Parts: sequence; structure tokens; C-alpha cells
Amino acid sequence: MKVSALTTAELELQLKQSGIFIQTGPFVTHLQTRIASVAQGVGLLYTDFSLLEQTDYADFHVSLERPHNLRRWFKPQVLFRFDSSPPFKPLPLDQALPMLEWGLNWCVSSHANRYLIIHAAVVEKDGYAAILPAPPGSGKSTLCAALVNRGWRLLSDELTLVRVDDGKLIPLPRPVSLKNQSIDVIQHYAPEAIFSPKVHDTIKGTVALMRPPTASVARALEPAQIAWVIFPKYQAGASTQLQLLPKSRTFMRVADNAFNYSLLGTKGFETLSNLIDAADCYDFTYSVLDEAIATFAALKPPTFNT
Amino acid sequence: MKPPLILQAFRQPDALTTFSLLDWDMLLRQARKGNLLVRLYTLLQERDLLQQVPPQPREQLEWSQAVAERHRQSVHWEVKQIQKALSQVDAPVVLLKGAAYVLAGLPAARGRIFTDIDILVPKASINQVEAALMLHGWMSTHHDAYDQRYYRTWMHELPPMQNIRRGTVIDVHHAILPETAYIHPDSSKLLAAAQDLPGYEGFKVLAPSDMVLHSAVHLFHEGELDNGLRDLTDIDSLLRHFSSHVAFWPELIERAQVLELSRPLFYALRYCSHLLHTPVPLSAIEAAEIAKPNRFTLALMDALYSRALLPMHPSCSDWCTDTARRLLYLRANWLRMPPLLLARHLFHKAFISPKEE
Repeated sequence: MKVSALTTAELELQLKQSGIFIQTGPFVTHLQTRIASVAQGVGLLYTDFSLLEQTDYADFHVSLERPHNLRRWFKPQVLFRFDSSPPFKPLPLDQALPMLEWGLNWCVSSHANRYLIIHAAVVEKDGYAAILPAPPGSGKSTLCAALVNRGWRLLSDELTLVRVDDGKLIPLPRPVSLKNQSIDVIQHYAPEAIFSPKVHDTIKGTVALMRPPTASVARALEPAQIAWVIFPKYQAGASTQLQLLPKSRTFMRVADNAFNYSLLGTKGFETLSNLIDAADCYDFTYSVLDEAIATFAALKPPTFNT
Repeated sequence: MKPPLILQAFRQPDALTTFSLLDWDMLLRQARKGNLLVRLYTLLQERDLLQQVPPQPREQLEWSQAVAERHRQSVHWEVKQIQKALSQVDAPVVLLKGAAYVLAGLPAARGRIFTDIDILVPKASINQVEAALMLHGWMSTHHDAYDQRYYRTWMHELPPMQNIRRGTVIDVHHAILPETAYIHPDSSKLLAAAQDLPGYEGFKVLAPSDMVLHSAVHLFHEGELDNGLRDLTDIDSLLRHFSSHVAFWPELIERAQVLELSRPLFYALRYCSHLLHTPVPLSAIEAAEIAKPNRFTLALMDALYSRALLPMHPSCSDWCTDTARRLLYLRANWLRMPPLLLARHLFHKAFISPKEE
């Protein structure tokens, strides 16, 4: 059954009572909350996701709730709990939905050590995937959101999962988090995309979440093959430029962006070397989205890969 | 009432194969809270039962295993660094607890994740050890004058030292209990009986009985029992391992008297056998009873420890659990220093020390 099969009231009730067991990529998350705005957000953003009938096991048991303190009367807050204990401090109540996303990312990045987990967006077309690792502010999510609205499949906008056993990229499609000006840019670029209401004054500025494309969610269990590692950089007024990068430098830069590279030890090193070996690596500067999309469309898969 | 799943698992690992998916879900949640996931994995691996675990929980257990492998490597590496730093210090260095189990290759090391490395050195050498560590990049972590005095005058250790490059922490002890505690296990006896560690020149580990006793006093004088069950399974593992030696049990009882640690040993044997069904011979239980408290105290302690030693998960708690934890916290402070000093310390911490952000 899909989330869309429930009315908002039904979803709200189920989240309040036993919670929902929702499949996100390879993980099952058990989510409970009494907060109506979260229920509405889940209904809006997770509409294409599967709800599991079998409710006796979940990888992550999480909840969002309003802490019982005095502050609830004048400055209400929201607390994310991972199986009863909160990994973070509470945030203002209107940030509940972004907090759910941050919390779910935390669940994956601090536990799922079957994967080398890279802080990067990852998209795929015609069987070839591009990883876009980049520090915040580089326009990674903007580019990712633009690509997935122009026919690329979304694997993830935040966490690239490289399966240690076979080096395959494992999808984890979830809402795409856009910040500040990028929100208007993408709403203008893809007017049909569905967005959550804007949330102001978060630690990352203004945030809005974009519903992942239906087709990407439908293929969430289908792994992809690496073809490119591309470090995007948005620079106002810059001309579109794709510059080949040496693999050695790419390796170090990707390792810097990985959550569990050193934790995985030898396995982490081997997984990352195989990944970089199989990819063409680039630095990519852009300012015009259409030109960026055209550059991506013209990418040739690495020759040894075909 | 059935015991919590986490206790069932350690009592009868073979019965894990009959667990339903719902049981596994709850077991993993309890184990994660108790810092016992890796130990659970080890338990299954040693009995060759991993393949019989349903795929979803097995996946989670394997996630935790990655952490364990990395941990073992880094402990060896860190101890090598400490050894290098202390190579010019002419004093025995005894590794304690987790690091000792790892380096001595004991089963208690399997599946145990810890953050700090603890060492014991003679009190006369402690300044020399501190200076050598500082020269090699470890810095004292407590800069407040009161904290420095607290550690250096009243405690049994230096303020924890952190390596400025790796962020790793070492605790340098000269005794196993604070100076202000009411019992004083003689450190020179512990050092004299310590055993060499092959491959690590100048480094030692405690003798088997002393290792058990240290583990026991550490757990039963400790105020924060977040990892209580993990520490109890350490003692369980040490007891099972060392008991293959015939003279172990009588030696353990006798050594406890020499070191004034008969009471913590009594509790360790009692709660190991009650909660984990550790096979302790009847003769040892009876011999340990010389340190048994009066029956009212014992009933109270049973009520407190049977709750506080479980993982801090709602499924292992009842309406008394929080109170039990608080009372044991008070008890630990009571054992740590005399009442007047304790009052003064708590007053300073509450009203004078700068607040942590």
C-alpha cells in the first residue's frame, strides 16, 4: 500500500497511534508523531512510498514529539527521538519536517556500515550514475533537483550509499532539501514540482523540501552503476566549464566527504578505490541551469565501463 | 514475568534461534541501548548461529561489526603510541579494563567498544608519566583550578588527558579507588602481581583475580550505570574464562580479602549468577558470603541492581527504575568520599564551577 492510499486524517491518526512502517530505499523506518504538520508533510512528500503491512520489524524506530516543558506554551519545540533517546537538541516546532529529514539522514549515516556513505547527491540516466559530492553552498542540491526534473533518476540528494560487497550504488530516494535562493530557482525551473511550505531561520537558512519524482521512488530498489564523479560549483556569471580531475585528487576529496571511510578501514579504502577507478572525474562550474543540464546530457560513459 | 530478551539472550544463546522477528526487533533495541550489539554478534558468531538469524536483524548486527573491527585495530595502535611516549619512563605501566582485555587477547575483549584507555602506574612515577605524555601530545582536559585540585588531591587519577591530534583519551591512575574512599585496595600489591604483556615491553596487565576484582569494584562503586549490563557481561566473561584454572576460585576469594574488595566481589558473583546465569561454583558463592550485607540492605540492593543493571530502554524499565538509578548514583558518591567533603564538592559543582555550555 502506498502513502497516497490514506487520507490526511487517516495518516494523521495512524502516525499518532501505532505509527507507520515506511520503506525508504533499503531501510524500514517506523515513524510515530502527534504533530499534525508532520503528518501533512509526510502525506505530501512521501505520497509514492510504500507502507509495510508487516509491522514487527524496523531498522529505525523514530518519533517527533513536542517536549513537555514550559516553553511549549510560548515557544513550542520539536524533539527527534531515535528509539526513545534524542540524538539532537530540540528545534523550533515549525522546523519539524526538516528535522525529520536530518534525523533520518543521521540514522543511516551513523549505522548502515554495509555501505560506504558519502555526503553527495547521486543521479542516474540510461544505466550510468553520477555522484555529486560537494560542501554545503556549492549548489549540489540545486543541480540535483534540476537534473531529476529533466529525466534523471534520483538516487539521493544527500547520502550516496556504495555497497561494500559489490560497489553498486544503492538508491535512497527521499525528499530533496533546497535552501534559500535555490527554492525559487527550482520552483521557477520546474513549476510542476511539489514543495513543502518554506521553513525560515533554520541553521541552514530557509529550507523547503521537494517531493522526489514518482518514477525514482518506484525504482528505489534498483541499484545503479557508477560512471562519473563530478564536483559541482555554482558561481554567479561563470561560464559552464567541465574540467577533468586526476583520480588521486578525486579520491582524497571524496574520502573527505565520506561519513564512515575510516571506520570501514581496509574495506573503505578498497570500496572507494574501485569506485574512483570505474569513474571519470570532473570539476564542474556553472551558472545557467539549462547549460548544466546540456553538459550532463552530453557526458560519455567511461570507455572501460561499456 | 519473563526476563527481558537481552538477559534471555546471554543466558541461553542457543534459544536465540527460536526468536520471532518481533523478538529480534526488541532485542536489538535493548542491545543497542546497553552498548551490547557487538557482543551479541560475537555471541552468535562463536556458536555459529549467525546464519540462523533472520536477514533483517542479521544486517543490523553486521553494521555494528564494522565498528568492532576498526576498534580493535585502533586500540592496538593507540597502545603502541602510549608505549612509545612512555619508553623513557622507568616504571611499570599496567593496562586496565578494555585495553587490557584486547591486548591480553581475552574473550572479554570480543565485542567490547570503549573510548578511553586506562593505565595504572606507581604513585611515585605519576608526575614523570604525565610529563612524558604531555611531551608526546596529550593535554589535560580540565583547566578549572577546582577540577585540577579535585583530581590531584582527592581522586585516584590525573584529570583525563586527550591527544591533541587524534582526540583519544587516556586516564592515568595510581590506584583503583579514590584517596577519599573508605576502602583502599593497595596499589603496590596490584602492581607486584601484574603480569608481563608479550610484545609490549614495559607494559603489564593485572593478574587474573585482580582483573576480576577491579572490574567488580569499578561496576559496584560506579554511579552511572548506562553501560551496567555491558560491564556485568565483562565480569561474566572473565569468570568463565579464568575458571578453567582449578585454583582460580579459592584464589579469587582470598585475594578479595587481601585487597579489601570482598563486598564488591560478593555483588559481582551474585548479580552475574542472578542476571546472566554465570556458572559460579557453590563453594565460591558460600565463601563470598562472608562479605554479605545484612538482609535489609541486601533486599534493597537486589531491588536496585536488578533494575539499574538493565539497558536504559523503556522495555526494560518499570516505575521504580529511575529511582533505582538515582539511589545508586547517591550511593556511589557516598562511597567515593566522606559526607562533609561530598557536600562541599557538590556545593562547589552546583554554585561555583563555571557552567558547561
